Amino acid sequence: MTATLTAPAVTRTIDARGSFCPGPLMELIRAIRESQVGDVLAVYSSDAGSRTDIPKWVEKAGHRLVGVETRDGYDEIVVEKLR
Amino acid sequence: MNRILILGGGVGGTLTANLLARRLGRRIKRGEATITVVDWTGNHVYQPGFMYIAFGGEKADGLQRPERGLLDKRVELVVGEIAKVEEVAREVTLTDGRTLPYDYLVLATGSRITPDEIPHFAEEAHHFYNAQAALRLRHALDAFSGGRIVVAIAGMPYKCPPAPLEVSLLIEAELRQRGLRTQSEIHFCSPIGRAFTIEPVSEMVTPILAEKGVELHTFFNVETIDPERKVIQSLEGEELPYDLLILVPPHHGAQFLIDSGLAPAPGGWLPTDRRTLQVGGRPNVFALGDATDLPLSKAGSTAHFEAPVVAERIAASVNGRGARVKQGSYEGKVICFFEVGDGKGTLLQFDYDHPPQPPTPNRVWHLGKLVFNKAYWHTVPQGRV
Repeated sequence: MTATLTAPAVTRTIDARGSFCPGPLMELIRAIRESQVGDVLAVYSSDAGSRTDIPKWVEKAGHRLVGVETRDGYDEIVVEKLR
Repeated sequence: MNRILILGGGVGGTLTANLLARRLGRRIKRGEATITVVDWTGNHVYQPGFMYIAFGGEKADGLQRPERGLLDKRVELVVGEIAKVEEVAREVTLTDGRTLPYDYLVLATGSRITPDEIPHFAEEAHHFYNAQAALRLRHALDAFSGGRIVVAIAGMPYKCPPAPLEVSLLIEAELRQRGLRTQSEIHFCSPIGRAFTIEPVSEMVTPILAEKGVELHTFFNVETIDPERKVIQSLEGEELPYDLLILVPPHHGAQFLIDSGLAPAPGGWLPTDRRTLQVGGRPNVFALGDATDLPLSKAGSTAHFEAPVVAERIAASVNGRGARVKQGSYEGKVICFFEVGDGKGTLLQFDYDHPPQPPTPNRVWHLGKLVFNKAYWHTVPQGRV
């Protein structure tokens, strides 16, 4: 993991591998809306754009990027809902 | 006995039923199999046509036909509202008390819009996700004489991801043709960091937005409407004023799927295997179209290409064989048209492993869409394309 201060337990996993439309970020936003403050969401994405899109959105929306890890053919991006 | 019960008479349900009727014709004749479609209205609606009502090219009457006329005569049609799926008893209960037993269940129940989730939606915002709303938008556009038009998205996922972009560009072209463009602003709010989810499509459409002066706002997910100040507010904490607001409403899966324990609240989308289209690992329950939780476009095209997979899997099981590898696996194929205004369009074709490479917008794909809108009734439900 990068940018990890503490690594809270993941409360929900979103497997968006193979998603081009509507895309992993949209899957994350949908899940954030359905989640509670403090929930930790892990997104699996095989779309290279997610490595930049998701952290940008997380910063703008005021949540916390827990970390980004490259796995076998996909990225795991972990986000904590802060507000 | 093999009782196949299909819930939903849209693209996915109708095509699955017709494909199965052909595959299982002999068994149906011998009384060894039945195929039943349950639809709550008995009318088949061509939903992609709604957007064209808003731009004057279609009328509501031309977008629906009796479901009975589209179904193979070997398929039984039941018109009724579904109350619950009883998995243990393997039966579906209708709100009028009828029960329908099944051995195979196909959930093609689509999505429903829930504009009321956003306070003040009804009085402040327009949309184009049913015929009535699209006609109301047409009237609002007719009355529009200049000002600020905002096109935005109030919930994901939603049907036909390109539609709000198409609407922005079609409005831009219309206002220009009506001589209202100089006194109008058009703003398009994207929920993500670019104009469209799929990068090659975004790269294609972003210069078109810039060229036509449609202002792009990124990372703008609409959360609330302030009717006093006439502004929308985003999940990300920004505001945007409007004179005419066009908002994609939130969408959900069918409520009875949540009530039956098949789909989680609040979304109501069925947990569906991306290849087999089986629901939650159940060997005899399948989902297709908008009803699934697959990370794909909620569009008739998705259901169109999923239906043959569901039909193959059920036919194989009824015939006591394994599903054929290729025909029994969904590869994520979707094909859809994309209107860019001024009589031009392009085509998006993709699957799980291949993103689309849209051709430069031209008149051919725009005309292709118009032809498809008419040809649909004679091709897709019958499995001819």
